[in-house]
This record gives sequence, C-alpha cells and structure tokens, in this order.
Amino acid sequence: MLAYTAKRLLQGVITVWFIATATFVAMHSVPGDPLSGERLPNEEIRANLEARYGLDRPLIEQYWIFLSGMARGDFGISFTQQNRRVNDIIREHFPVSATLGVLALAFAALGGVLWGALTALYRNRLPDTIIMFLVIVGISVPSFVVAALGQLAIVRLNGWLGFSLLPVAGWGTLRHMLVPSMVLGLGTMAYLTRLMRSSMLEIASSDFVRTARAKGLPPARIFLRHQLRNAVLPVVTVLGPAIATITTGGFVVELVFAIPGLGRYFVEAVQQLDYTVIMGTTVFYGAFLVLMVIVVDLLYGVIDPRVTLQ
Amino acid sequence: MSKPHANRDPLSRAALRQVAVLALAAVGGFTALLGALAWAASLTGAGTAANGAIDLENRAITVSIRYEPPQLDSTRATDAQSIMILAHTMEGLLRYDPQGRLVAGVAERWDIGDDGATFYLRDDALWSDGVPVTAHDFVFAWRTVVDPATAGPYAYNLYPIKNAEAINSGDLPPEALGARALDDRTLEVEFERPIAYFDKLAAFHTYLPVRQDFYESRRGRYGADAADLLYNGPFVMTRWVHGAHIRLEKNSRYWNRDEVQLNLIDIPYVTADNTARMNLFRDGEIADVDHLTSQELDQALAERFQIGRYADGSVWFLMPNHRPGRLTANYHFRKALQLATDNAELLYKVLRVPSYTPADSLFPAWLRGVDGLFKQEYPPPAVAHDPRAAREHLERARQELGLDAFPPLVLLADDSPLGSKKAEYLQALFRRELGLDVRIDKQIFKQRLAKAENGEFDIVIYGWGPDYDDQMTFADLFASWNTNNHGKFANAELDRHVRIAQESTDQRERMAAFAEVQRILIEEVAIIVNYERGVMYVQDPRLKNVMRRPMGGDPNYSFAYLADAP
Repeated sequence: MLAYTAKRLLQGVITVWFIATATFVAMHSVPGDPLSGERLPNEEIRANLEARYGLDRPLIEQYWIFLSGMARGDFGISFTQQNRRVNDIIREHFPVSATLGVLALAFAALGGVLWGALTALYRNRLPDTIIMFLVIVGISVPSFVVAALGQLAIVRLNGWLGFSLLPVAGWGTLRHMLVPSMVLGLGTMAYLTRLMRSSMLEIASSDFVRTARAKGLPPARIFLRHQLRNAVLPVVTVLGPAIATITTGGFVVELVFAIPGLGRYFVEAVQQLDYTVIMGTTVFYGAFLVLMVIVVDLLYGVIDPRVTLQ
Repeated sequence: MSKPHANRDPLSRAALRQVAVLALAAVGGFTALLGALAWAASLTGAGTAANGAIDLENRAITVSIRYEPPQLDSTRATDAQSIMILAHTMEGLLRYDPQGRLVAGVAERWDIGDDGATFYLRDDALWSDGVPVTAHDFVFAWRTVVDPATAGPYAYNLYPIKNAEAINSGDLPPEALGARALDDRTLEVEFERPIAYFDKLAAFHTYLPVRQDFYESRRGRYGADAADLLYNGPFVMTRWVHGAHIRLEKNSRYWNRDEVQLNLIDIPYVTADNTARMNLFRDGEIADVDHLTSQELDQALAERFQIGRYADGSVWFLMPNHRPGRLTANYHFRKALQLATDNAELLYKVLRVPSYTPADSLFPAWLRGVDGLFKQEYPPPAVAHDPRAAREHLERARQELGLDAFPPLVLLADDSPLGSKKAEYLQALFRRELGLDVRIDKQIFKQRLAKAENGEFDIVIYGWGPDYDDQMTFADLFASWNTNNHGKFANAELDRHVRIAQESTDQRERMAAFAEVQRILIEEVAIIVNYERGVMYVQDPRLKNVMRRPMGGDPNYSFAYLADAP
C-alpha cells in the first residue's frame, strides 16, 4: 500500500510537470503577451515592463525560472494585479471555489445515489421515467442556462414573497451558497444518477444477489450490503475527477452569482494572457486533479476488499 | 419489464425503507456539512452588505462593479475600474464638477503659462491619516510615474513635463523632473514645450499625489489592499476583499466634505455578467446597472425602469491596413469600402443600441472647440452612402492592381457578441454591395491587438477612448510615429498638422490644425468611422446627481445624493 502510494505520487509529479510544460509552450505560442495593451505607445515603457517581468530573457531561461519557482512553490507575481502574488490569489480564492465545490459535490453525490437507487427499484415504472427524463435535462442543459434560470427564479420568489429569502448573488453566508452549489452540482448529479441506476440493475441480476436471496437473507441487508455497496463503486471512481471538474468548472456559476472563486481568475488570466496566473492556476488545478484521482484509487481499496493495491 | 405486484415484493418494500433511512442520514450529514461550509464562507466572503440598493436613513447606496480593480496604485493604474475607484478615494490638483467643468481640487488656484505652471495648494487638504497634502507628495508621485523602474504604462501622459521622457527612457535620474515644491503649498512645473491642455492633464489620475513615507513603508505593496493606501478624496476605502467586496465610506477629513452627501458606497458584488446585475437590480439589491445590451434594454423598458444614456467618449472605426502589398493600401479600394459603408443601417438595424450614434469623424461630438463644440465649428466633410460610386471605385482599384478578381479580405474582430454581430454584418454588406469575399478572424483582446500590431489583417474593427479632454488624445493616433497606428497610415501633411497642434497654445490655430487632420483622415480613407459609443443604464430614481462622463472615473457617486420621492 505504501509502495503503491509512493509510486502513484511519483507518477503524479511527472504528470504535473508535463502539464506545466505543455501549458508553458502553448501559452507562449499564442500571439501577444501579457504586456500587450493599447496604452503603451512607447517602446521605452514596454522595454521597462519587459525587464521588470523578465520577459526580455530567452524563453528557455524563463522556463527555467518558472520551473525552479514552481519547485519552491512560488508562482511569482500576477501581471494584471501587479501587487498580488499568484500564491496569494490561489490561497484567497481557492477556498471559495472549494467550499462551493464541496457543497455541489455533496448535492451531486447524495442526489445521484438516492435517485439512482430509486430508479433502479422502480425500473420502467413512472418514477423511473420521470427521474430519467430529468436526468437527460440535467445532463444536456448547460450550466450558464441553469444558473441564469436559477437566479431568475430567486428574483421571482423574492418578489412574490415581498422580502429577500435568498440573495440573488454575492458570497459570505450559507444562504449565498445554496442555489449556486445546486446549479453547479446538477450536471454531475444527473450523470451519477444514470451511472448508479445502471450499476444497481447490473448487480440486482448478479449471482451473489440471487444466492443471498435464496439463502433467505433479510431484503434490507441484501439491498444495503450486497447491492448498494457494490453499485456505489463506479460512482466513487468518477467522484475523483468530478471533484476537480466541479471545483475548477465553476467559472460560469462564479460569474453569474458574483462569487469570488478561483475559476474566474483562471479564465480571466487566460483572456488577459497573465502568464504567471495561468501557470500557477493550471499547475495547481493539475496537481489537485492528479491528487484526487490517487485518493479515489486508494479509497477503492477501502470500499472494495477485493481490490488490492500494488 | 413492468411488474404489477412489485410493491408487495418484500425486497422492494424493505429496500424503500432503507432508502428512506439513508435519505434521513444523508440530510443529517448534509446539515452538518452546511454548518462547516457556512463558517468557511464567512472567512472569505463579502459578509453582510448594506441594506438594499438605497438606504435613505443611513444615506448609503449599494452598487456593483464589473471586475476587480487590479490594484489601486495611481502611478500604474490604467483600467476603467481602478480609475473609477480612484475617482472616489483620491483627488488631484484639479477635478471635474458634476457639470463636467474643471474646478479646484487640492490646488485652490493655479497659473499656467507657456513655459510652466504654478499650483497653489489649499491648506485644508488632508490625507486620511490627518497629515496635510503637500506639493512634495505630487513631486514624489510624478517622479515615481516616470521612473523606468515603475514602468508605468501611462507615463507618457507626463511627457509634457520637462525631462519626463528622458527620465522614462533612463537617460536622466528621476530627480531631474521639471516639477519642484517651492514650499509645502507651492508646486512649480516646468514644461518640455508649451502645452495647451495641462489643466486637463492635471485632473488625470496619473497626476494624483502619493506620499513618500507611506509609499515606502508598504515595500512594493502600495495600492494592493485597503490598508496599503492613503486617501485624500471624498471617500476612503474601509474594506477590500479581493474579487468580492469594496466598501467606500465618507472621508471625514476631506476638505470639501460638506458637499459629500452619501455616507457609504457599498460594492459587495463583482461580476461582469449583466444578466446577474439586472437580476440584482430587479431584486432591489443594487442602485444601477450600466452597459445594457439591446436585449436588456428591451426588458428594462418593459419593466418601466428609469433608463439613461451617456457617451463613454470612445469612437469606433474600421482601420484598413495601409502596408504596401495589401489590397487596402489602394486608395480606390478603401474609397469603395467607405462609400459602401452604411452607418445608419449598422446602428439602427443591426446593433440597435440607442446610445450609439453614427459618426464620420475621429473627433467625437462632445469635444470642445474654440468657443463652442468642435463638431459645430469644424464640421467634418460629409461621406454619403453611395453603392454605385463604391462599385466604380472598386473597378478602378481592380484595374490599378491588375487583378481579375479580389482575394478574400481578412476582417479582424473581437469575440464579444456585439463584435461578432458587427463583423458578420460587414461581411454581408461588402458581399452585397461590392461582391467581396470577407473572412472574419475573431480574436480575444490581446491576440487581436498582437495581430493588429503585426499587420495580420486587411481591416480591423477598432475603438479608441480618450485619456484627457482634448482633441490630441485622438489626433496623434494616426501620426506616422504612433505605435497604435496599426494600419501604418503615413501622411506627411497629417503629421505636420499634429505637430502644429502639439506645439501651439493658441486654441484657434490648434483647432484649425485638428480640422485638417479630420479632413485628411476622411479624404484619404485612413479609417472608416462608424459610431460613437454610448452607454445605456438603469438607475434607481431615488439616486440623484451621479456623474457619468467620457473622462475620469465613471460612474462617479462622489457628489450624489438620495431623494425620497423620485
């Protein structure tokens, strides 16, 4: 187990290095640079700025400076927010994204497992049809539509009630988090429902469930210990990457609900070609994703005793 | 397969019960999780906002901003949002009043001559820590701006001051700057050459004061956080949670505090999403929303909101590529494009934003001339939409270039919804009127700029907003030496007139020179001007006297007040 973990972590480091290098190359091959702006009608000022940010050095040297900084865990200073360190940006805004993400994921996982189990129990009957229809809607409607509709619903609700039950946007209290996290988790919830349903059905017809029934075990025990526990495995598998996509993919939701999360900084950095923030956030998210996949693989061994880690 | 007796199946019934138990457990766990998250969010969030959009009792308003100010160091700020905040928290030598006139700020009077200027500072101008604002604070700020180590993008705005350009290029030390504090309250400025609009520059944010001891005590973090700033304007920033919340409270030490009516401007929302801002407005959470799209405008009209509009000062045009070898280097080809252009159709049928007004000239209608408005004193030569004449010029271009057919034109455009609409309209227009094939190259801002700089386009859709309140902020754009002249338009006569306007202080002579610049740009089809941009906004009717102007921090709530009845 320990050797396995060490091996996976080493692989992870290599993956992150690869992500960083690929991003670095892609970023520098895009036309323009962070300093392009129309208010620089003067070569001297541009030269001053280039010297300040080290952009006047050869690319390979810039790469080396970045890599050695990364090894020390220092991503440098943002180009657009000239007094802020990238580390500070991540430190201040990732907790927001993570809070939103954890809640969204809780919604998604709970909802997914519950709805999935329900649809399997009511296979091919009305509840199943209704839920599966909603699942299709949940998967196919993009989050910016759901976010806008969700927000409009709050406005209408508040207008109808005559007072502000839920805030329309903003961040800071639990009331601010409820709707955005549901919106954020909706797609994943729908996906998990479908996954849960199919794996429940597959297991319901498996030999060990039939044997358990034939032995006369209490149905509740069969459902919980034999069916649900086995069916939940594939869900756990996708949960790892889902954590990463939810915490990183919150850009639209963060924008619509005016939430100061990292997703917004990430997307804006790409638009602004803010080199240091792009590198910092990409490497951070990359490392986060890799770590989550490893954690899930380790969890697998805990949930399913048949899996041995080596 | 459907089983009619499924509900009696003990497996299903027991399982259902189990699901219910699970659901209960889940809800319990969930509640615990919510509690933990709420605590976590309170550490990073905006916290409690003020009481709705308008709080009459506490004289407070709540508004939103579109993005986070990157930093509030006035020596380096260039973006609209930073300038907007600085306009509330800082005051320069001069400022604009609600009518858009230049009035006394920190300076109570000033003399501007041909060789230099003297500003006499008021004795009751204080920093937010109670220390008086002195002439030394301006000298320090200006030296910092032009210091090559600062690399301030707006340093060129100080070039009219003696030696500023040489210092910025690293040829002279910052101490050589032609600005001196004769004593605490007298600031003497020496000019590089006579300048007709130094009073307007003195109101610009790059000219704001910075106090040396405080600046140095922040060790490179000046302007990064609320505590890393000193204020001398109508408001002080008491809270700045990055990306989430800015709180501006009335500055009790501001010399002109009696004219400041609001006690609090709360900004707990930072989002570029206009739909979200409109929803906040509907819900009574914010007092105004600007930059409405035509669709949002329709909604606002239907909901009977109070709507307003103002010019944001910018002019939008098509910039042809004048580099040799390009189709657009041919005069007749450009003339054909100019004559085929129909700004009325573009604005009223395609873009349909009522705050946009058709324009022919690079100089927008709000610029002042000698006595009245420049546009009335020196009207631009008229350009009529004339497809027939356009086709004749196109034919002449074809013959001059010796082509059988024209290759496709590359139209460089931005990726905004409005930009796409505009590009697609132009594509259809030039095909319809001239039979030209246009390829749209849509790019995000920096890429578009890089491609424009490298000349990788035939036509680029471009806009330019003013830095200061003088024709020069537009006029030198197409001088052969300007690096923003991406089309590389070069015309010796235009250069000469720009020089005249730069070096003269006689407004009549200057305006005549600008009129010549205007004429050359249109006659030579250096650019094809489409419109002046304006901004549509909705505003709570109880909020009065908000300044929305082409220049210097917009919107500006500094001297706004609240009225109970609309």
